[in-house]
Amino acid sequence: MSLWLTLAVNSVALGGLLFLLSSGFSLIFGLMRIPNLMHGSFFMLGAYLGVALLARGINFWIAALASAAAMALIGGLIERVLLRRLEGQVLPQVLLTLGFAFIIADVCLMLWTGDPWQPATPDHLRGAVQVAGLYFPLYRLVVVAVAVAIAIALWLLVDWTRLGAMIRAGVDDAPIARVVGIRVSQLFTLVFALGAALAGFGGVMGAPYLSVYPGLDFEMLPLALIVVILGGVGSLLGALVGSFLIGFLYNFGTALLPDLAYVILFLPMVLILVLRPQGLFGKVTT
Amino acid sequence: MARKLNRRTFLAGTAAGTAATALRFPAPAVAQAASFKIGLLTVKTGPLAQGGIQMEQGILTFLKEKANTLAGRKVELLIADTGGNPAGARTKAQEVIERDKVNVILGPLAAFELLAITDYVRDNATPLISLAAAEDVTQRRANPFIIRPSATSAQCCHVMGEYATKELKHRRAATISEDFAFGYEQMAGFQRVFEDSGGKVVKKLWPPLVTPDYTPFIAQIGNVDCVFNGFAGSNPVKFMRSYADLGLKAKTPLLAGWTAMDDALLRSLGDEAVGVVSAAFYSADFGSDSNKRFVAAMQKDYNVLPGGYSAGMYVAGQCVEAAIQALGAQADDRKALAEALHKVSLADTPRGAVKFDAYGNVVGDVFIRRCEKKGSALVNTVIKTYPNVSQFWTYNEKEFLANPVYTRDYPPARNLEN
Repeated sequence: MSLWLTLAVNSVALGGLLFLLSSGFSLIFGLMRIPNLMHGSFFMLGAYLGVALLARGINFWIAALASAAAMALIGGLIERVLLRRLEGQVLPQVLLTLGFAFIIADVCLMLWTGDPWQPATPDHLRGAVQVAGLYFPLYRLVVVAVAVAIAIALWLLVDWTRLGAMIRAGVDDAPIARVVGIRVSQLFTLVFALGAALAGFGGVMGAPYLSVYPGLDFEMLPLALIVVILGGVGSLLGALVGSFLIGFLYNFGTALLPDLAYVILFLPMVLILVLRPQGLFGKVTT
Repeated sequence: MARKLNRRTFLAGTAAGTAATALRFPAPAVAQAASFKIGLLTVKTGPLAQGGIQMEQGILTFLKEKANTLAGRKVELLIADTGGNPAGARTKAQEVIERDKVNVILGPLAAFELLAITDYVRDNATPLISLAAAEDVTQRRANPFIIRPSATSAQCCHVMGEYATKELKHRRAATISEDFAFGYEQMAGFQRVFEDSGGKVVKKLWPPLVTPDYTPFIAQIGNVDCVFNGFAGSNPVKFMRSYADLGLKAKTPLLAGWTAMDDALLRSLGDEAVGVVSAAFYSADFGSDSNKRFVAAMQKDYNVLPGGYSAGMYVAGQCVEAAIQALGAQADDRKALAEALHKVSLADTPRGAVKFDAYGNVVGDVFIRRCEKKGSALVNTVIKTYPNVSQFWTYNEKEFLANPVYTRDYPPARNLEN
């Protein structure tokens, strides 16, 4: 009984972290049609920056926001200066993001060495919640709360603001959006920066229990891919549902069939690709 | 890569030159035709870089202490980055053997890298000193050109198996380690001795090498006296935090293999590691003269506490020195060098006395340590030393080798519960 409860609560906690990681990926993928292979790198670099700031005694939330801002700046610059020149050429864009992923990985290795870093859980979020005689770390529940808050903020932004309407128009049909006077290229920069910031923020939120180490980038990237393919490209609701779905699949799958941990993670993705290529909440593009 | 090697060579050469000038060494009486070349196969990029960088620091510290001169012979170090994969290891081994004509190879880091080049070094008659733990390299497939000054996967785990039953009085254990050969061999060694001395392993868990979250595995541990973990790289950091977060630390003591509680890892760990008991072939806490020098030099030059990878390479350097000493002018004969390396016996190394068995594996001390907090830093305090531990533990060598190598299912776990 307690095993199932632990797994259920943990599924939700993992889902929250996955949403922070994949919401930005989904927006970028949906709008720009680029599978941004440096998304995991933004997550890792954000986490490293956060750890560096925390080590200087800076407040946890300020560190998380500062590192998100830094990621937005770096992401925005890469989009504006480099990706922009390759507009419409999917393969070169993919290669460029992949190249940057390797560069970021090596720079991090130089700056932060190969040692894993794990910041202490912030004092006011330490401790455990007792549910039915079972301890569960408070911090992970905080991550879920933050993920839900960000999900609501993104939903308000995308569904209820003029900017959001423009983004949706760009996702649906970028050329037509251009025709009606939306500056799609500016949207590209903005969304790319926003996606990078969300990944960096997620990195700092994840650091106290994932720790930060070389290779974290390419561990997180496939997770973002699975979530977005499952949920549907460009759909925030899809990213949210996909994240929690993967959270549950991963936790219960590894407990019930430990030898098939990876199959359980990737099988749904394969099934979705075969049966419903647009994902659970994606729109059919013609 | 070529440029990298040359620059490194140049730097090492200049450093030695400066030292020689500063101290006004007399020119060696015996003219040495060429310097003695050591090729280091390490990993400086990618996820395995952590251990690779430590290896490099260990050998650099040793050579600096010796002013790049071993037994009167000038030494040149060539460093090659394998990238942490078998193909890279093979390419770099070929590069240092055929192009640079090294006298001896140190490394590589990972077992699968070592396995990719064992036949190659044998065919090319180049001695190799590795820290990679794959059991059979010094057992059923022993190679006359390879020695291992660190430990086999199970060498320290055998010791932990006995310590857990005899001293800690644990009877029921769960094991958890990565789902790959190093994990299998460690857990099998622990299980064998633990069960032979009266305990029962009731649960064996195998998370994949890349596991985003250990919680679902930890939640399955159930009712046991202790949990033995064999994680490596950055995984122990992640695992121990989750273990403590779920409240198990207070309930079920955690035991660890050497990689999971390596001294070099301590600065990445926090309170969650306090109280963990580990078995390791090296401890920074150990009081030998060479270890005091070594720890002081590592702290001065790199500001780190050395762990098994650095110490292993330091000991490897000492083995090379002893072999050159024994051979004198014949040190360039690679076959003779391999034989001399097998016969090396050192009284003072950072890990205590070291000698090698007929298969090229080290016979040396294994330390049981308990992690404690001293001031703000974590320290692995040695609480018991098992002297002269062989890779065969107390088992008969012939019988040991007649059995299959340790795997996930061998020896079979007969006491598993659900």
